[in-house]
Amino acid sequence: MNTLDWIVLLVTMLGIASYGAWRTRHTNHLDTYLKGDQTARWGTIGISVMATQASAITFLSIPGQGFESGIGFVQNYFGLPLALIIISVVFLPIYRRLGVYTAYEFLGKRFDAKTRLLGAGLFLLQRGLAAGVTIYAPAIILATVLGWRLDLTIISTGLLVIVYTVTGGSLAVSLTQKWQMGVIFGGMVTAFIILLFRLPEGLGFTGAAHVAGALGKLDAVDFSLDPGKRYTLWTGLFGGLFLSLSYFGTDQSQVQRYIGGASLRESRLGLMFNALIKIPMQFFILLLGALVFVFYQFQPAPIFYNQVDWARYTQGPDGATFRALEAEHAALHIAKQQKLAAWLDARDNHDPAAEPAARAALVAANAATDAVRREAKTALTAADPRAKTKDSDYVFIGFIMAQLPHGVIGLLIAVMIAAALGSKAGELNALGTTTTIDLWRQLRPLSAHDEGRNVRVAKWFTAIWGLVAIAFALFAGFSENLIEAINIIGSLFYGVVLGLFLVAFFLKRVGGTAVFWAALIAQTLVIVLYNTLAISYLWYNLIGCAACMLFGVLLQLTRPQATQATA
Amino acid sequence: MSVPPPPKPPLPARPNADDSPGVPGFRTWRGVYLFVFAAFVVVVLALTWFSRAFA
Repeated sequence: MNTLDWIVLLVTMLGIASYGAWRTRHTNHLDTYLKGDQTARWGTIGISVMATQASAITFLSIPGQGFESGIGFVQNYFGLPLALIIISVVFLPIYRRLGVYTAYEFLGKRFDAKTRLLGAGLFLLQRGLAAGVTIYAPAIILATVLGWRLDLTIISTGLLVIVYTVTGGSLAVSLTQKWQMGVIFGGMVTAFIILLFRLPEGLGFTGAAHVAGALGKLDAVDFSLDPGKRYTLWTGLFGGLFLSLSYFGTDQSQVQRYIGGASLRESRLGLMFNALIKIPMQFFILLLGALVFVFYQFQPAPIFYNQVDWARYTQGPDGATFRALEAEHAALHIAKQQKLAAWLDARDNHDPAAEPAARAALVAANAATDAVRREAKTALTAADPRAKTKDSDYVFIGFIMAQLPHGVIGLLIAVMIAAALGSKAGELNALGTTTTIDLWRQLRPLSAHDEGRNVRVAKWFTAIWGLVAIAFALFAGFSENLIEAINIIGSLFYGVVLGLFLVAFFLKRVGGTAVFWAALIAQTLVIVLYNTLAISYLWYNLIGCAACMLFGVLLQLTRPQATQATA
Repeated sequence: MSVPPPPKPPLPARPNADDSPGVPGFRTWRGVYLFVFAAFVVVVLALTWFSRAFA
């Protein structure tokens, strides 16, 4: 990064954060602090919902996913539009009618205090764990590639988001997210356009798409019924529907984004905006990754995309092994480029006899380079069992650093940090709100009448959660597997939490005690099944939800009639 | 002793702004949801076509 990149990065990031803090510095009413000033229109709500979901990992890892495994990950979002319609019809009107601050407050009104506490507790547990990862995961990648100090990267981004989130609460979050998403869209579209111009002359978008398709990167929809496959049309539709229902309908970091809209109409339109935009947006980000893959088919490609780590290992005691693998990969890559040129010639000449053979040769050559890449990762693990072998997260940032002009590099780094700040702000705001409303005000009901004190307490809890997230990111010593484990743990909890809400909305006869125990039994079942079955983790959203609802009904039926009436 | 002012007549009921989506071309929320669902189906079909076209 040169001076121009630093200017672009610092001006955009500090400018947005300062603007957000300054515009909302006089927020001293609890309603405004936790829900915003009730004037948000659908565009602001829609962008805020999108920015909270899209973390820095979205823009670092998802292009890497497109590069490595193709665009099939887009199916993960197939349940999202359907879920947002259901939330818009069922969840949202009830939240607004009751005037709740948190989704769990609704559980308290519908059931009882213990069920409310269970919902809030599950949220605080999973979101509190994820809060450290939201800061750590992009920081480790940026620090590695840019040579920044990891601790300073974590502390500076963490403190920046704490300052404006604590100052202005929900209002500051949605205000800054709007500008951050502007930077993100601008940066990603710029990267896409530059990438198209960097492809070989005459190839164009269509030619690049044919190359990506031939090498298996453009299989967007998989109709397979194999339950072991992680991303298919069915896991996306059913697992994704329940995951999205749970995330958007019951996770306070999302609920808080839309309950404070100017009207029910604005909140609904904000959700429908996401229902329309989200799949095309994820497709675009994945396609970007697939096109980066095509770009590297015509360029010298690294054997391992975390080149900083790779350089370190090649200079270590097993350096000779790594250098030999590197040479083998380079030779195979050149051979693949020749096969690719032969296949493109056969295609351009419309030669039906030569084209299938040339294509098969290209696919075989690609498999050979993939095999050497896998061999290199195995060698890394053998040399250092703690080595981080997942290099796909480094593909897009590596492309940015090596191929984009100065100024645009600064803009794209700003994209990553803006995404990290936007999602982090939504999380902190929700964690602070839930702790204040569902824990502190429950335990200190008399203090709840003091408006000023409520706001001060909410600010303190937001700041404390921010500091906890920073400390967690600094000291937890994440491994790759831990990050993935935390994501999966989140999915394991979501189904049961959704079950609590669906019982509340649709099963009017089921009371608090029955659903409370049903949730605990369902959660135990999900954890047992996760340790015994080999199915995609998306299915646990459906299983957890269905189990919670079923056990809720059964437990209610087994309770004495007199208790049922009061439960 | 001041005379209390006569009670004000109740305000005429205002149509609930939330009942109408206020989106050009849509009179009901059901229409908006059907449109979003149809758009989703079109996107999935387009992605399926895209996969086949470049496979």
